Amino acid sequence: MAGRKRDDIITADTFLEGIWRENPVFVMLLGMCPVLAVTNSVMNAIAMGLATTFVLIGSSTLVSLLRNVIPKQVRIATYIVIIATFVTIVDYVIQAISLDLYNALGAFIQLIVVNCIILGRAEAYASKNRPLKAIVSGLGMGSGFTIALLCLGSVRELLGSGTLLGFSVFGAQFEPWVVMILPPGGFFVLGAWLLLFNWLRERKASPEMKEAVHAR
Amino acid sequence: MHADSLTYIFLNAAIVNNFVLALFLGICPFLGVSAKLKTAVSMGVATMLVMLISSICAYAINNLLVAYDLEFLRLISYIAVIASAVQLVEMSMKKFSPSLFRALGIFLPLITTNCAILGLALFQTAKEYNFVQSVSYALGAGSGFILALVLMAGLREKLELAEVPSVSQGAALSLMLAGILSLAFMGFAGLGA
Repeated sequence: MAGRKRDDIITADTFLEGIWRENPVFVMLLGMCPVLAVTNSVMNAIAMGLATTFVLIGSSTLVSLLRNVIPKQVRIATYIVIIATFVTIVDYVIQAISLDLYNALGAFIQLIVVNCIILGRAEAYASKNRPLKAIVSGLGMGSGFTIALLCLGSVRELLGSGTLLGFSVFGAQFEPWVVMILPPGGFFVLGAWLLLFNWLRERKASPEMKEAVHAR
Repeated sequence: MHADSLTYIFLNAAIVNNFVLALFLGICPFLGVSAKLKTAVSMGVATMLVMLISSICAYAINNLLVAYDLEFLRLISYIAVIASAVQLVEMSMKKFSPSLFRALGIFLPLITTNCAILGLALFQTAKEYNFVQSVSYALGAGSGFILALVLMAGLREKLELAEVPSVSQGAALSLMLAGILSLAFMGFAGLGA
């Protein structure tokens, strides 16, 4: 154990950075397609988040275990085959659990293969770290992705159909904003979340500048 | 128009169910490569070429897989086909148009992870298109992708000169723009079935 390097140690940060500081959706803007496409209801968002997290953890583990075996030249192709294997598993599992859910998510389950978060993590993290650390980090990234999907899904379902997880929130007299569950709504809601985060970051970065503006 | 006719399939993929603005496929290059009109056009053409090649290959491979009862290998073989098609386009571009090859740089290999291409292969399988219909679908999807990319790039080039609040710079503004474009494309929805 004396030979273990310092950066091998797993800290809370290994898990947390995927959720906040390096959130794949809000900070790194990766994997946008499923983020926009399947978040028209909370249920779809949760299912997509869990499926992606499973693939992320599975492929991270395998890539990390095989990191000394895979030749450098064909690593990307190997990663893609590993990822595609896990996605095929998820595809069949969801089909077995709920056909309704499978139909709602459509081709986007199979499209997890080309989600850049997963390939990016395999290349940049799992191939350089021990399996346990890769799993913890994969869990963090997956949670960050799921949370981001939930952020979008809840807003869009709330405004677009007036419900949350299928339960009515605003009552019968609420006129739903149908545009929110249609494609443009996805762009608008994600744009609005990014605006909010930009605003928070800017406010945090320059309190003195803000004071100066107020003093004028 | 008959739902199986080639014109219908083409228009459906290009405009009514535009891959980028209605189906949310290929958002990464849509946001990443749309800053300059010129690169947007060449990226769009390269993507369309890859779409065409991989659509034809995917059609052939799917027939082979169905014949041998190996459908569970579909995803893996499709992604392998797409990766090779990208390699092919990259090599021929390097040979015939080195300047374009240099201009596109890193974005060429990234076409592999463009979900519009895998999506196209999966959709044409799900819709059970025959060979000619698949080609028409691929051409439509490719033109739709070019259209969306060019529209966005044109808007963003103009926007560079505009004064916007610092909070809304970057991705947030692009997404809002994309939302408005998508809203406009919804007007075509009446054309579809």
